[in-house]
Amino acid sequence: MKPLRKLPLHVVLVAVGSVMVVPLLYAVLSGFKSTSELSRNPFGLPEHWLTGNYTDILGGGDFWRLLGNSTLVALATTVLVVAVSALAAFSFARFAFRGREVLFTFFTMGLMFPPAVAALPLFLLLRYLGLLDNPLGVILPQAAFGLPMTIIILRGFFRQIPGELEEAATLDGCSAFGFFWRVLLPMARPALGTVSVLAVVASWNNFMLPLLVFTDSKWWTLPLGVAQFQGQYSAEYARVFAYLVLAMVPALALYSVAERQLVGGLTAGATKG
Amino acid sequence: MTSTSSTFLPDKRSGPSVELPPPDADFARGRARRRLLNWLTAVGFQVPALVLFIGLVLLPMLFALYAAFFRWGGFGMPSDYAGTDNFTRLFQDPVFLGDLWRCLVLVGLSLALQLPFALALAVALNQRLRGRAVYRMLFFAPYVLSEAITGVLFSMVFAPGDGLADHVLGAVGLDGLGGEWFADPSYVMATLFLVMTWKYFGFHMMLYLAGLQSIPAELTEAALIDGAGPWQRFRNVTLPLLAPTLRISVFLSVIGAIQLFDLVWVITQGGPDHHSETMAVTMFQYGFKRYQVGYASAISVVMFGICLVFALAYQRFVLRRDLEGATTNMRGDGK
Repeated sequence: MKPLRKLPLHVVLVAVGSVMVVPLLYAVLSGFKSTSELSRNPFGLPEHWLTGNYTDILGGGDFWRLLGNSTLVALATTVLVVAVSALAAFSFARFAFRGREVLFTFFTMGLMFPPAVAALPLFLLLRYLGLLDNPLGVILPQAAFGLPMTIIILRGFFRQIPGELEEAATLDGCSAFGFFWRVLLPMARPALGTVSVLAVVASWNNFMLPLLVFTDSKWWTLPLGVAQFQGQYSAEYARVFAYLVLAMVPALALYSVAERQLVGGLTAGATKG
Repeated sequence: MTSTSSTFLPDKRSGPSVELPPPDADFARGRARRRLLNWLTAVGFQVPALVLFIGLVLLPMLFALYAAFFRWGGFGMPSDYAGTDNFTRLFQDPVFLGDLWRCLVLVGLSLALQLPFALALAVALNQRLRGRAVYRMLFFAPYVLSEAITGVLFSMVFAPGDGLADHVLGAVGLDGLGGEWFADPSYVMATLFLVMTWKYFGFHMMLYLAGLQSIPAELTEAALIDGAGPWQRFRNVTLPLLAPTLRISVFLSVIGAIQLFDLVWVITQGGPDHHSETMAVTMFQYGFKRYQVGYASAISVVMFGICLVFALAYQRFVLRRDLEGATTNMRGDGK
């Protein structure tokens, strides 16, 4: 091995890595400074490590409420989209029926239409249904827009499960749903994990829909809170940085434990779509 | 193709009487019944997904298509029929035409800079390399952050005068290059593109890495034995085999540019003076700030139409080739 030959490559990678990390590190360190120190000493370690910015936010109830709302919306969306998609994917993968391909194409068409395109009519519908300022107003549409990707990934997985298992289950007196529930779902746990992580991340980061649906700050999710906090404390940079960092922690934590599912799901979804 | 449909056993209650129709017809009727039952079961599993999808994706879009032909403030039902006025107004609106132009610019920049950059890094990280996993994880990390968080972070990094970017440039003696960033009409799109690259290149890199890993090592090895240099191996072996992944990545990049909203809304709200506005932002402004819901619906419809035309054309002219390639080249039967 000639390690020196790879040196230029490492230099490039370290440079790109720094560009990725520095803004995040800058935010973390700035959160420990006072706003006046921030303009005096933008790069260095804090002269005095002030924890006040962080503890003030964690001490108040607002941050926790946003965190709770984000969690509630993300979990409900995930359960709904995975349950509904699993049923549909089961039917696509294990039944031959008239109209199957047409129906499948119908769902995959949904991939082409990002939610931002449908935001306005969706808002009008939710208002008509009285679902504004109601978590269902975000949960239901998020689940609906998550269907195409989830169905595609699960269908691919369900197809790989050998047909003999199904025959055996049927001979043992299993109904179609019984097979789905007692045999297929337990076997599909890895795939269910993958699509769940995708759904959680998409919901957790969603901004436009909660922005439209939740006018009452009681229901705000973290992304709304961050944007609003910046507006409110625009002069207090250090506080905003602390808030940003705290808001990033859950997503980065999830990423660190579920990197494999997230990356695997995104690449599978993109290539099979 | 798939092993299908649980073997629903034929019904056992064939009546005891003798004067039944001939067994053939009975059998046929049983089969039709079984087929119907099978169909109902299969479709039954689809019902929840269909309800959700039709109710919350399809119907709203159809309604927007209807509302786009009215002057409508958004309350009650639309009644002031406007014909195609909203659309003609739209295509004379300098802001909307600017949105289209900016969308094209972002797509162009992505194709020319962001995706090649992602590809270069994917190729670099596809070899045995110390710290490869760390780099991969690091480059992809911004993708999991919310656009809102990314937006707020970079509006502070690029804060004129006091942000990290200006301080860095100042520290290396390039004060002159610092500036107003998001507040400068001539630089706002470039700065926005930098932020988008920071956030999204890792995603495309991950796609490419997955594609690269599915290329059999024997092929590059064979090329190596045939005396192909690194560039030739990349150009003639890797790149053609990566083409399907590249096309998907381009597709996602374009759709992303069409629907761009969160980042812009959080950082600039389309400013200064519309210089970073996107179609989705314009739609939001008219639909939710100025209550010209009919006009905003027309914007939604046009965005939808652009997505549709692009997706169909892409499928017809670009993705189709993948299928042909898969059947003619990969299987090698040449038919």
